[in-house]
Amino acid sequence: MPTITIDDKKVEFENGMTVMQACELAGAEIPRFCYHEKLSIAGNCRMCLVEMEKGPPKPVASCAMPAGDGMVIKTDSEMVKKARKGVMEFLLINHPLDCPICDQGGECDLQDQALHYGFDKSRYEENKRAVKNKHMGPLVSTIMTRCIHCTRCVRFSTEVAGVDDLGLLGRGENAEITTYLEKTIDSELSGNVIDLCPVGALTSKPYSFKSRPWELTKTETFDVFDGVGSSIRVDTRGKQVLRVLPRINEDTNEEWISDKTRFAIDGLSRQRLDKVYIKEGDKLKASDWNSALNKIKDEINKRGKDKTISLSGKFTDAETIIASKLFSQGLGSDLFDCRFDNAQIIHGENESYKFNSSIQEVEKADAILLVGSNPRWEASVLNARIRKAFIDNNCKVGLIGPSLDLNYSYDKISESLDELNNILDKKSKFSEVLFNAKNPLIIVGTSAINTNEGSSVLKICAEIAKKLPNFSESLNPLNILNQDISRVGSLELGFVNKIFDEDLEKKLKEEIALNKPVVFLLGLDEIHPRSLEGSFVVYCGHHGDVNAQHANIILPTPAYTEKSSTFMNIEGRTIQTSRCHNPLGDAKEEWKIFRVLSDLLNCNIEFNNLNDVRKKLINENNNFLAILEINNSSTLSFSSKEQIKNQNLSYNINNFYMNDSISRSSETMANCTNEILNKAKAS
Amino acid sequence: MKHPGMINKVYNVSDEIFNWSQDNFKRAADIIKKYPDSRQQSAVIPLLDLAQRQNSGWLSKTAIEKVAETLSMSYIRVLEVATFYSMFNLEPVGENFVQICRTTPCWLRGSDKLVEVAKEVSNTKLGEISDDKKFTIVEVECLGACCNAPMVQINDDYYEDLDEVSFKKLLTNLKQSKETIKGSQIGRQTSHPQREKNA
Repeated sequence: MPTITIDDKKVEFENGMTVMQACELAGAEIPRFCYHEKLSIAGNCRMCLVEMEKGPPKPVASCAMPAGDGMVIKTDSEMVKKARKGVMEFLLINHPLDCPICDQGGECDLQDQALHYGFDKSRYEENKRAVKNKHMGPLVSTIMTRCIHCTRCVRFSTEVAGVDDLGLLGRGENAEITTYLEKTIDSELSGNVIDLCPVGALTSKPYSFKSRPWELTKTETFDVFDGVGSSIRVDTRGKQVLRVLPRINEDTNEEWISDKTRFAIDGLSRQRLDKVYIKEGDKLKASDWNSALNKIKDEINKRGKDKTISLSGKFTDAETIIASKLFSQGLGSDLFDCRFDNAQIIHGENESYKFNSSIQEVEKADAILLVGSNPRWEASVLNARIRKAFIDNNCKVGLIGPSLDLNYSYDKISESLDELNNILDKKSKFSEVLFNAKNPLIIVGTSAINTNEGSSVLKICAEIAKKLPNFSESLNPLNILNQDISRVGSLELGFVNKIFDEDLEKKLKEEIALNKPVVFLLGLDEIHPRSLEGSFVVYCGHHGDVNAQHANIILPTPAYTEKSSTFMNIEGRTIQTSRCHNPLGDAKEEWKIFRVLSDLLNCNIEFNNLNDVRKKLINENNNFLAILEINNSSTLSFSSKEQIKNQNLSYNINNFYMNDSISRSSETMANCTNEILNKAKAS
Repeated sequence: MKHPGMINKVYNVSDEIFNWSQDNFKRAADIIKKYPDSRQQSAVIPLLDLAQRQNSGWLSKTAIEKVAETLSMSYIRVLEVATFYSMFNLEPVGENFVQICRTTPCWLRGSDKLVEVAKEVSNTKLGEISDDKKFTIVEVECLGACCNAPMVQINDDYYEDLDEVSFKKLLTNLKQSKETIKGSQIGRQTSHPQREKNA
């Protein structure tokens, strides 16, 4: 390996590294503004200057200089110090002195680095420049005078988000960052430019003037708004979640999170269920835990223990699922399910509902077949990986389903699922691309498998996947893209009943008409309240959304930031969230509710604390044992050559921004819907 | 200093729609052909120039968008180029776009006086279009003809060795759409040494 000398220390580096990366290997910290690991190199801030011996007689920008064998670099010589001081002085010439009122204050790269490299006073007597603020939509607020023209935001939106919206107009002193005619940034990853901005030019609109970074309690946890389970940091003050930031996790979200993850949090303090409610007549009246639980006991005894139904929702964690399952089984009922969207699975085959290849594998792909999936809305950060594959490997994307607005070019193969037959028979135009690729992948969305033909679709997709060249024991190219964080975990715990396979709502209506049972809704708002008519509905959840209003009893439970819970993301990776603050009002964790009810109803379930519940989890399925790891097999034993009938599909997400009970309560997400989606529809 | 080539905004005239003329459409196709496959976007500067010439010396919103569509680029990428180069005007300009050099050699030789003359003849402020739409006068930095200072550039042509009298005559002629002599106004061959009249 080639070696480089950095500050008299010899280090080996890999070919293709830049001087800056080599310096980092040697432990020398290089200040920078424009350089970012995930973006292309611009080399325009000049903050990373270093001295190169036997090189040019001037400092070189280390971020843009390829490291060479035998180079001798100095990162703290007099020349370097002077050069960086000079650069900093130039950057500060036009930067306003408004740190005390700047939202970036306290976590600002420029502030931090000015402390090290800045002069204590200005030599500049001329007028400072002022730049008009630009409109960029409901999420990003701009104070453009603070901009230092690093162009990170421009590179992010072009390269990662895939929307050519931001640009640098003019040049020199007149340079300005803007969108074309100040249009809204039309990307579901737009919030990431706020993190990327090294100064306070682009800041969060909903968070503006809310808080200072040092006042916040920071908790590292995981996101629940899509199936990816992005690593996030939640910043809270008291019982209020003020903001969500991404954490770096190369396995799942890299460094990005979607706008829903970041901005839907204001929904956490609206429409909350903070008290126990019991319906009297037509009205829900506030009550207390004891009377509610006793009422539930009476109703269950009256309506039949073994007829009790439990249905889980989008955010239901594995602890709730296992508690509910054990409780139902204690009552002698096995009427529970998690597939409110009717997505089909092959029973006993966990490859039929997981993202088997792992998310990281997506960026290696050179051909991807999307079957009834809109990854941009179903898993935005995963979509960024597909775009990465598109850019880096010239990945060919084929789509079966209605046309989409994706941020990479794709072949629309067909609107109808029967094209899968042709692909398998190598009669489709995309067959050649798919079977001749080195690393092809199939991504099946739930929109393709939520009909009664769903299991056939899964089987034929497995058959195609089995014939792909990269199918092996270690790699399974068949990926099911579930939209909800709760789904894989619930399925792993067997929270399904075969009778609900074909059509959950229809079967539910039949059951209710027959037995008029007690129905537990575990935060489920995705089925129509009319399907529940005649039953005694107990709603355990945190938001007063659709179904809470029609419930007979409401039991408040904590939202995802208020409890520590276990989930499995689409890959089957076990993640454990942390409690960021105490629950609002009287909310109690679901497993506690079921524990108390089990006492009242004499069905013995043996756990007394969270640890016990987690032990039960692992007993049920030991995949929950290894946190943050995936344990996927690759057999596809359920594959078979099915004949799919001509069937048009439609996507089951209509509005990315308001798709669950939390985001439906969020004002920010409502603004996004108005400004981004409705405008796009109108034009 | 106001200059229609140095603004970062799109002048939005809604009723004006830019379309390539037949000739220019062919020309644009020829220009694009010069660049290798999948590198057609490199033609953005010549195409912007072509559009500006067709659109009487400036680039309207629709002209920029037309160029973008011709090259399958996003609007903002084309606007970046159009705002970067000062030779692309983003506001309407007069029939004669007069750029008066004011850098040191021209200034020493009396460019200030030329500015006064230009303001007087066109009856307009610097950077603005005259009422009769004949002139836009701007001050610019060095145009690279210092040896024949003072000089101005009017549209594509240089007029050199000016003084107040000859410049006034020149502008009056342009105002009346008369022929003008391009280049040196004192009969100098390119930048040869100036002969004393009596010698």
